[in-house]
Amino acid sequence: MAATSLICRECASTYPLEAQFVCTKCFGPLEVAYAPHPSAGDRDAIRRRIQAGPRSIWRYADFLPLEAGSPVGAGDFSSDGGLPAGGTPLVKADRLARRLGLREVWVKNDAANPTHSFKDRVVAVAAARAKELGFSTLACASTGNLAGAVAAAGAALGLPTYVFIPADLEEQKILSTGVYGANIVTVRGNYDDVNRLCTEIAGEREDWAFVNVNMRPYYAEGSKTLAYEIAEQLGWTAPDRIVAPIASGSLFTKIGKGFQEWIDLDLIDGVGGAAPKVPVMSGAQALGCNPVAAAFEAGQDVCRPVKPDTIAKSLAIGNPADGPYAIELARKTGGTITDVTDDEIKDGIRLLAETTGIFTETAGGVTTATLRKLAESGRIDPQERVVLVITGEGLKTLDVVRGTFEVTEIDPRFEQFENDVESRTEVPV
Amino acid sequence: MATVTVKIPTQLRDATGGEGSLQIDGDTVGGALEALFTAHPELRSRLADDDGNLRRFVNVYLDGEDIRFGDGVGTPVADRQELQILPAVAGGR
Repeated sequence: MAATSLICRECASTYPLEAQFVCTKCFGPLEVAYAPHPSAGDRDAIRRRIQAGPRSIWRYADFLPLEAGSPVGAGDFSSDGGLPAGGTPLVKADRLARRLGLREVWVKNDAANPTHSFKDRVVAVAAARAKELGFSTLACASTGNLAGAVAAAGAALGLPTYVFIPADLEEQKILSTGVYGANIVTVRGNYDDVNRLCTEIAGEREDWAFVNVNMRPYYAEGSKTLAYEIAEQLGWTAPDRIVAPIASGSLFTKIGKGFQEWIDLDLIDGVGGAAPKVPVMSGAQALGCNPVAAAFEAGQDVCRPVKPDTIAKSLAIGNPADGPYAIELARKTGGTITDVTDDEIKDGIRLLAETTGIFTETAGGVTTATLRKLAESGRIDPQERVVLVITGEGLKTLDVVRGTFEVTEIDPRFEQFENDVESRTEVPV
Repeated sequence: MATVTVKIPTQLRDATGGEGSLQIDGDTVGGALEALFTAHPELRSRLADDDGNLRRFVNVYLDGEDIRFGDGVGTPVADRQELQILPAVAGGR
């Protein structure tokens, strides 16, 4: 599936495969168009080729927009190829499923990426393409996780990085970005202000590769690898439902695209004699930043921007550019896009941690709380096979779990242990 | 009638003879855009649909604030305010 051009999603105008994200005729978003897979029709050959590839997103290089294909070969761990994104665990979360009254819940733990969020996937693709196009500086507008991913990718590849973030971002995210030697610019404003500034800078400074602005068509394709990995880990099948967070809406829509591409290539088997289909897509937002959920629930196609006010800062995009496409996908698959409160987010973080041993950041709290809400309200059939997409690491938003549990302090005496600890401990059933 | 500065994104400057910043008169955002389209007719079809509404991936900011937080194209403008046109950074699916 060699990339052939960039194509406008609105008016179908085509452009060469350069650093451009918008159609100059109608301002529509540009996407990568591909030639048919050279082995289309021979699914065993395609599967074998994937399985022989590296244990990272590069095993799916045939489906990604790079001229030279994978920057690393199987068994090549050279840092010159960038960070090894992807290959994250898919865990069958039986205790979580039982707690929610569901038969089968899987957790795709993308906090296991090199910089602890799914952003390593998209940055790997954007950075590799930026190198192919001859750029020497990486940049991004970020709510935090992307900043860390860009900074680390630049460190691995030897490229200087500039990251632009809202000034009020969680300290852990700033610290875990600065350590890589990135140039950090904090902007007095919210993410939408940062994004507006970066869109302007990307237009005026064409020698910078802004991974999520002028490199966006390539960047966004990296999210498809989440769908590919899930399908491969489930033995070349698709789950019945995906629950994933929505910020800009890009990840959500690209997961749908990844499954569709593989269904079209006959790589995914149906379950129980049924034809394979794109999973029901359930999107998750925080109530304090819910422009996509609000539009979906109101039956509208266009998202009205909001001013974010939520602890889920990595999802705090008030003007989500891919919102209309996320709504379209949820509707087409019979899915949902709903929102949860900050308290529900904190409970979601605890629920996932206590039942799976996976500690996620606020975005994962949003996703887990959404799964719980859908299960408790009966909007999920208990027989479904559900995959919960956990996109980031709890250590980056530590502050929100403070005060959500108790600690017992005692003197170093056995009697105190007996009186203050043992007698008060409930034995789990 | 107020005079505002309209900032043109790089992607549209071929329609303004390379100008990135223009002085335009109007009472509202919509009035200023109409005057902009009259001065540079090619911009109309690129920014507005057949019904005259702004296309859905066009963002317009008045002094940094998305006009959808105001009264959209009906938002009043004052002298020396800055009207910025930018593409939405989408590209999902």
